This record gives sequence, structure tokens and C-alpha cells, in this order.
Amino acid sequence: MDLILTALELGLMSSLTVLALFLSYSMLGVCDLSTDGCFTFGAAVGAVVALSGHPFLAILAAMGAGALSGFVTAFLQTKMGVDSLLSGIVVNTGLYSINIAVMGNSSLLNMNKTETIFTKAKALLGGSFLGPQYKLVVIVLFAALVVLFLAFFLKTRIGLAIRATGDNPDMVRSSSINPVKTTIIGLCISNSFTALSGCLLAQYQKSVNVNIGSGMLTIALASLLIGNTFIGRRRPISLRLVGAVLGAFIFRLVYTAALRLNMPAFMLKLVSSVIVVIAISGPYLQQRFPLLMRKLGKKGRTRNA
Amino acid sequence: MLEIQGISKTFNPGTQDAKKALDDLSLHVNKGDFITIIGANGAGKSTLFNAICGNFIVDSGKIVMDGKDITFMPDHLRAKSIGRLFQDPMRGSAPNMSIEENLALAAGHGGWLARISKHDRELFRERLSQLGMGLEDRMRQPVGLLSGGQRQALTLMMATINPPKILLLDEHTAALDPGTAEKVLDLTKRIVEKDNITCMMVTHNMQSAIDLGNRLLMMNHGKAILDVEGPAKSALTVQVLVDLFRTKAGSELQTDRMLLTDNDN
Repeated sequence: MDLILTALELGLMSSLTVLALFLSYSMLGVCDLSTDGCFTFGAAVGAVVALSGHPFLAILAAMGAGALSGFVTAFLQTKMGVDSLLSGIVVNTGLYSINIAVMGNSSLLNMNKTETIFTKAKALLGGSFLGPQYKLVVIVLFAALVVLFLAFFLKTRIGLAIRATGDNPDMVRSSSINPVKTTIIGLCISNSFTALSGCLLAQYQKSVNVNIGSGMLTIALASLLIGNTFIGRRRPISLRLVGAVLGAFIFRLVYTAALRLNMPAFMLKLVSSVIVVIAISGPYLQQRFPLLMRKLGKKGRTRNA
Repeated sequence: MLEIQGISKTFNPGTQDAKKALDDLSLHVNKGDFITIIGANGAGKSTLFNAICGNFIVDSGKIVMDGKDITFMPDHLRAKSIGRLFQDPMRGSAPNMSIEENLALAAGHGGWLARISKHDRELFRERLSQLGMGLEDRMRQPVGLLSGGQRQALTLMMATINPPKILLLDEHTAALDPGTAEKVLDLTKRIVEKDNITCMMVTHNMQSAIDLGNRLLMMNHGKAILDVEGPAKSALTVQVLVDLFRTKAGSELQTDRMLLTDNDN
């Protein structure tokens, strides 16, 4: 039971990154490779602010930092002529140095005695029936807020414009939608959620190291694609958002189960990579399968003849 | 309304592939004009539309709309007053978004954070019912489920839901089957007449070039080689048009050859 609870907590925390990718990858059509660095950036900024005694301000600071990083990534690819994938990689690399600088030239920060939003919640919920699950309460609250925000936002005019930018770039090019604007706004918002996700994890595990975000993009992408297979792509947005959260939880659950079956912990990243490959190539190969069979069949016949 | 003053555009300048797509083209479009444009492949018809829409900035010349010089205005700002339809019906709408979301995007009512209102839905429903395709009952379905003809009709609706200053139709019925093409063309005529929208239409169909609109433009090698309007246009027949094209384009071709010889020397 405890294991499932931990999986739920960790899954919901990473679901914020999954929701960020839902916005940037599924809606805007940008594969944001700065996700790993941005996750750490949020964790580092949040930790530093929390260490100075402001756990709530830490949340805002981390989101602001994430938005800034998203802005740089978007600016590079819309205004500076840097390829979209490359701008993510460049920002990701740059953030590594920035993250160490933010953490005061150290690659590890400890928050064992620091007040976090989790300790605050523990004190607040103390005697009530929610008391024992104070961590889960905080995490559910954040995940729900982000889902509600995105469900609202993606139906607004600017939200529709962001979705159109990813859905039909040809149409957007000849319409009054400015793809520069939609890309910048979309990436600012999505990265602020990625950073929030990192900030929560840092406060949850009471420490940050500079590699906390490494592999996060692939893990979140795997979760997103798992959610897609459960919910389907042609469903209403709000349902797909819930699917993204569900995908993050399922991923964690499977991972926890695999750990119980003595899979070493360091396999996590390989597993996430394999899931992403299967989820993306699966439908492609399925489509190609009849053609492959026909080709093979043809070869077979000529050989026989 | 739209004043095109001697615009030129050369693609791949200074290379072997250099192509003068627009050659000192001037055109004065009056308010309420419905101009049909014909010309061979590569005559510069689509390039002219691209120039008006700002897909590229012309090498020389000026484009003025309603007294405002828009020569250097970015394309997405021009798009506010220009409606455009392409040959490919898939190009004008977002397939994974619903019909009403596509229309809301085109209508652009309210601020950035405005959502589709009840009033919007009523407006969309009323407009869609005019298409006679039953789309008004499928407003929450993704556009990707529609047929090519339905999607082109929807694109037309999107382009004209806020009547644009000028509507550019680039062979917008060429990819549809004949029956659907006629229906969409009919719809185009009705909408353009109802809102008195200034319109330019590229077509390969000589007969519709003659039947539709009040003015006919023939293009060749980036120039307008014939511009007839009013009674003179109504008197045209396909045969006359074909003959005219041959003589006009023929003489143009000779000029071109002479130019080439000059260059060789």
C-alpha cells in the first residue's frame, strides 16, 4: 500500500512535467529538449528560495524561472533562426551551469531542516483526517490546479491559436495568428509547469542535486504516450489532460512493480526510452506492416519461380 | 481599394535558376470588384497572391490597401484584412480541432482569454446552416472527419465570417469533384455578393472565368497581359479567350526570347 501511495505521489509530481509536454509537444508541436534542464532549474531556484525561509515564494520563483527559460528557448527558435530542437539542447546545456551557479557553486543542496510546503501542510492538516496524507494532499492540489488551468486555457482564444499552431502550421502561416507569439506563450507556460514539477520534487525529497532532472523529458514523454493509448487522441481536451496525469501514475506504478521484481533502479531511464520508442514506432510499424508483408511475399514468389 | 504599383519578384536571383515571377506588375482593384485570373502554369498568379498576402516582400514596387502602404507589413497582420483559400482543402482548417473551435479562431471575438460564447455558437450555427451540408449539427466534431468539399466550404466560411477587405481564391475548387466544386463555387458567389466582398479568383476553368465576376485578368510571365471588364468581359467566349491568350502570350514569348538573346550577348 505504501508503495502504491509513493508511486501515486511521485507520479502526480512528474505529471506536472507531463502536462507541460502535453502543451508543448501535443498541442504546440514543439519537442522541447530543454525539459531536463528546466526541471532542475525549477528545483534549484525553488530550493534556494525555500532555504531562505519562503517555501511558498519558492513555488512562484521556480515557475517564474521556468517561464524565463521557456522564453529563451522560444526566442531562439522564433527570432534568432535557431532550429527548434537545437534551441532546446542549447538551453538545456546552458542551464547546467546556471543550475550549479544558482545552488551556490555546489551540485547538491540539502533541505533536511528547511521549512517546505510539505512541512507547512503537515502542520496545517495535523489533527484532521487528511493529516497522515499531507504530502498527497499538496501534490493532488497542484496537479488538479494545473489540469483545471490547462482545460480552461486551451479553450480560450489564445489557447485555440496555440493548438492551431501545432495542428496545421500551413493554415497558421496564412492566417492572422502570429506563430511567434503562440510559440513564446506556449513554451513560457509549459516550462513554468516543468519547473514547478521540479520544485515540488525537491521540496518533497528535501534535497536537490544537479542531475535531478536528467531523463525527465523521456520519462514524461513515455507517460504522455501511455496516457494517449489509454484515453485516445480524438477525445475532448479535458479528458486528454486527465489521461496525461493517469499516464504519469501508470508509468510510476509499472516502475515500482518492476523494482519489486528486483529490477535495479538504474534501469528507469532505459525503460522510459524503450516505452517512448514503442509508443512512437508502434503505430508507424503497424501502418508499414502490410507493405512489408507484400514486399516479402513478392520476394518469396520470385524465388519460387 | 487595392493598389499594386509595379511590383517585381525574382526567385533565386543571380543563379541559373533565376525566375522572374512578377515583372513590374501594376493593378488597380476597385472596391467590389470580382476579378477572375487566368494564365498558364508559372504565369505568376499564385505569386501575385503570395505578394499581396506578404508571404515574401516584393523586390520593388508598392502595395497599398485602402490608402495604407502595406508593402513591408508582416503577413499575419495583413491576414486580418485578407481572406485566402488554397487549392488544397486540408490547408485552411485545423483537423484535430472542432468545427466551432476553427470558426472561433477565425472570428477572433473577444480578448485573448475569451472563450466561445453562447452568442458565438448561435452565429456559427446560423452561418453553417447556410452551407446546407448539415455541419451545424456537428459543431463539436473534429474537422478532420469532414470531406474535402465540406472542409473547403468551412474554410470559405472561416475566411468570410468577418468580411475581409479582399478575398483571394487560389483555384479553391480544383481539387474537388465536379459536383462539389460547383456547390462550393455557388456558395462563393452567394457569400461574395451578400457581403459585397472584393474578390480575386484564380481558375483554370475558362468558362467560370468568363461567367463569374465583373473583370478578367490574363497573366503571362509575371505580367498582366489582358484586363477586361464590364460589357467587354460579358461578351467573351472561351474560343475568343483562347485565341486572345495565344496572340497575347505569343507576342510576350517573342519578347522573352529577344531578352534572352540580349543576355547571351
